[in-house]
Amino acid sequence: MTAATVRRGTAFAPRAARIGLYVFLVVSAVFFILPLLLVIMNSLKPMEEIRQGNLLALPVNPNLEAWATAWASACTGLDCAGIRPGLWNSIKITIPSVVISTLAGALNGYALAQWKSRHANMIMLLITVGLFIPYQAMLYPTVKILSTVGMFRTYAGIVFVHIIYGLPYTTLLFRNFYVGIPDEISRAARMEGASFLRTFWSIILPISTNILVVVAILQFTGIWNDYLLGLIFAGNDNLPMTVQLTNIVGNSRGVANPNVNMAAALITAIPTLVVYFLSGRYFVRGIAAGAVKG
Amino acid sequence: MSSISLRKIKKSFGALTILHAVDMEIDKGEFVVILGPSGCGKSTLLNVIAGLDECDEGQIVIEGKDVSGLEPSGRGLAMVFQSYALFPAMTVRRNLSFGMEIAGTPKATVTEKVAWVAKLLQIEALLDRKPGQLSGGQRQRVAIGRALVRSSSICLFDEPLSNLDAKLRAETRVELKQLHETLGSTMIYVTHDQIEAMTMADRVAVMHKGKVEQFAHPQSIYEKPASLFVAGFVGSPAMNFLEGRMDDAGRFVTADVPIDIDGYAFEGARPSGEAVLGLRCEDIVVVEPGTPRSVPAKLAFTELLGADALGWFDCLGKRFSVRLGVEAARSMHKEVGLRFDMAKASMFCAVSERRL
Repeated sequence: MTAATVRRGTAFAPRAARIGLYVFLVVSAVFFILPLLLVIMNSLKPMEEIRQGNLLALPVNPNLEAWATAWASACTGLDCAGIRPGLWNSIKITIPSVVISTLAGALNGYALAQWKSRHANMIMLLITVGLFIPYQAMLYPTVKILSTVGMFRTYAGIVFVHIIYGLPYTTLLFRNFYVGIPDEISRAARMEGASFLRTFWSIILPISTNILVVVAILQFTGIWNDYLLGLIFAGNDNLPMTVQLTNIVGNSRGVANPNVNMAAALITAIPTLVVYFLSGRYFVRGIAAGAVKG
Repeated sequence: MSSISLRKIKKSFGALTILHAVDMEIDKGEFVVILGPSGCGKSTLLNVIAGLDECDEGQIVIEGKDVSGLEPSGRGLAMVFQSYALFPAMTVRRNLSFGMEIAGTPKATVTEKVAWVAKLLQIEALLDRKPGQLSGGQRQRVAIGRALVRSSSICLFDEPLSNLDAKLRAETRVELKQLHETLGSTMIYVTHDQIEAMTMADRVAVMHKGKVEQFAHPQSIYEKPASLFVAGFVGSPAMNFLEGRMDDAGRFVTADVPIDIDGYAFEGARPSGEAVLGLRCEDIVVVEPGTPRSVPAKLAFTELLGADALGWFDCLGKRFSVRLGVEAARSMHKEVGLRFDMAKASMFCAVSERRL
């Protein structure tokens, strides 16, 4: 759509329009990339250069010392083992949470798209309301419920919370995608004798690749970057990277090491960046695809 | 023994009643077309037969077995959908074999059946393609193949040709008819296209507002429509209608002009009261003005249709279409008389709209 708009623009207005557009795009790109560049630059500086106080100066002696410290020996509270233990915790929390909340959302969404009645709309409305209630408002009841069933501050507990809090979102996205798929496909599968689950698994899921990738990325980013739920529900043994990062940055013992903090922040951000770069194409395609063509 | 019996099928969606007590007996091996305008309930009726929609009341008996409460897969039917509804992520081969796979048919039989149906429909070259790589006509064939492959004795079609262009539609129509003759299965075919109905059907059920108005051989639907709706819906151009009433002398009077209806075979006793006289365009003869048993008419315009022509006449306050030869149409005078062939006319009660 953007391309078409641009082309139509040049047909009427002279080059100025196009030049203006590029200037705008470059400025926006710089605006968004600059903070990242600053963080990378400063994470490569040794402490002496940091102390000189010029945040914008290029590193004179770039080295990975701050990265090594952040990874293996920075202090998070009393332990000084860096951010490394948090990586594994984040991975083992994020992967099952993403997979289960995405697949369950797909199944929910398909069921709701198929079920044509006022009740279905009512349920959809309730689910949407779930999206608008801030987590903070639900924290206390969730803590209460989990401690009653003995899941508070456990690994299963944090995964469970991520799945439940993710479901309204994934369900809504899948439901809106599946509403666009012609009903006759599901009806044809029913004529062939396929059960609801069989239809979902053999016919509907294989045509959902784009939306699956989009939802999985959104869920991955959300869960990986989550701090609040991890802090409250994960328990000391399962604290995710984000929580450990805050502990490193907020550690009040000794001097502040901005270079280590920035390196730790970058290490924490790497997985989401990697996921985005690997699947960015699907992401754009999935967002752009309104419906499936037979 | 009839293949399918529908007994008092009723269906409503909320306050809207879609089917009012539909009764139908379909014989084994018959090609039945359900014809009607959009919104008449014909697709709903097909879905009810298929089991995709549940009926509120009534009974569906297929080959002697009451299937009213059964899932579609338990009814032994196959169906072709309007949008083809092929499974997009599967190859044509898997589209064809999917149903048998679910039913647990042995691999060898599946291969054999797929090969058979691919040959029958000449889609062998397409077997390894995905539906997205096929043209509309090819998708259509695959959809038909998927319905035929399990050799169900009953096949349902929901407007399967409406997405094809005119030429392909005419070809596929002929092929479907031949397929029916080869396979001998019972076919129920829903359409709003009267040409499909006239050419393919052994019997046509004309539906209107959730009721079957007439269920008969296509020719008798055309020649002896059972109701005013059927008369107006079937045939192109539409039947000419004259509203009037029966007078005491047994004549039909319209706009104060009595019309002699001797030769018309009434269904029962000669009726009285308000009536409608219907005449097909080919059952009206143009004669010299003033000829006995004719009514005066004025030529409005003519349409040449290639093989023949249509003359449009103003007569008795109505506009009449009359089928003419091309030569006659070219040399038509302005002032003429029209004589109605009462043996082929139709008369309807103006109140009940049924044939008299």
